[in-house]
Amino acid sequence: MIEPDLIKDEELESLLTEIAELYGYDFTQYSKASIKRRVNRICLIDKFTSFAELRYQLIKQPSYLQRFVEEITVNVTEMFRDPSFYKALREHVLPRLGTYPLIRIWLAGCSTGEEVYSLAILAKEAGLMHKTLLYATDINPSVLERARNGIFPISQMKLYSENYILSGGTQNFSEYYTANYDFARFNDDLKEKMIFATHNLVSDRSFNEFQLIICRNVLIYFDKDLQAKVFKLFDESLEHLGFLGLGSKETIRFSKLDRHYHQISTEKIWRKQQEDQRRLINFNI
Amino acid sequence: MDTIFLIGGSAGSLKVLLEVLPKLHHDLKFPIIIVLHRKGYTDSQLGYLLNTRTNLKVIEPDDKDVLEAGYIYIAPADYHLLIESDKTISLDFSEKLNFSRPSIDVTFSSAAKVFKENTFALLLSGANADGAAGLNYVKANNGTTLVQNPVSAEVNYMPLQAIAQSKIDFVLNPDEIAAFINKLDVP
Repeated sequence: MIEPDLIKDEELESLLTEIAELYGYDFTQYSKASIKRRVNRICLIDKFTSFAELRYQLIKQPSYLQRFVEEITVNVTEMFRDPSFYKALREHVLPRLGTYPLIRIWLAGCSTGEEVYSLAILAKEAGLMHKTLLYATDINPSVLERARNGIFPISQMKLYSENYILSGGTQNFSEYYTANYDFARFNDDLKEKMIFATHNLVSDRSFNEFQLIICRNVLIYFDKDLQAKVFKLFDESLEHLGFLGLGSKETIRFSKLDRHYHQISTEKIWRKQQEDQRRLINFNI
Repeated sequence: MDTIFLIGGSAGSLKVLLEVLPKLHHDLKFPIIIVLHRKGYTDSQLGYLLNTRTNLKVIEPDDKDVLEAGYIYIAPADYHLLIESDKTISLDFSEKLNFSRPSIDVTFSSAAKVFKENTFALLLSGANADGAAGLNYVKANNGTTLVQNPVSAEVNYMPLQAIAQSKIDFVLNPDEIAAFINKLDVP
């Protein structure tokens, strides 16, 4: 069933501004078409028949906010989503990261965590787990809790196993989890190097320096200005020669980063240039 | 550029596109967006295939690409394609709708809100009801709705659902589609 069209553009604007002022969650720079769909969807699911009802619930019932945030932010994800991306990480990125004494990876917007576990498997198979730290962050505390648990529906394992093999995996995928009725619980050794924390890409600052930042299918929900802001945050958080991985349809083409990064494969993975190379590039322009 | 031509389809619709695309004029004054149901990443070759059949440029857009006249945009596998009021493309990886991502309903309804009465939406052959609600949005925004003649469709469920659920302005056979698009006189 397609969502009704209950919310007018001006109403959406004022609601998002109000939420930002009241609660500090700023969705005002999210892509309008998409967030409007999400808000209409909430009205449908939670049976609000008008914009006023939704607004009343949000303003008068602060406890409703968590639910709103969870529904507004899209939490659909997969393990080894776009296997060719993970294949490129295996072949082009991890061998280079392997030369560092400590590898810090930031998964921004990790949602329910399927990609963090995928990365842990990659690190383990590359023999790098002992010196890797995986920072997984999301705006939404309840999805982080699910990510921390590492328990995913067993019904997904066939797809994930296929994705894993397409990504270049050669082990028996089922050895990474224990099946328990309808769920697959991923092994504790994969979790040892994971650090989960809430982080809001809109308002929070950089918290470390990383060799690899992965943020896939998050920026598509932001407008161009907010995308630019987040790209700046990533740039400040990436070490020279660090890598940035985005979703298959996301690009740095419209951002200032374009000049200082070069794409290292046909996948959406870029490498940050060293300072002297940057100067050279700028000089040539 | 104030006009948009949308095409949605599922099973049996690729054959129609391969017939229609070669006949399109290369200087169309508006963009075309095609939303086809397909399986994940495995057939990302669709764009290349369609590109070989037309003089128009076929693009599988990135997020935030700007719509331009004379281009054909293919909704990428596994993303919903939405249109912003500034005529840029927003991609969205949210839940499937009608078991589909990309969903025809999502693109049709989002484009109709922006292009209003200058929206043309055509639904082709297919085996589910995606698109019918989208055509209703198009109609509600005073756009023009078209379906492939169910008699000519390899799978007639989708066009029949559209006819049952929404008000259709034109029912076209595959050999009439290109002529219809070519003669759209847009300012």
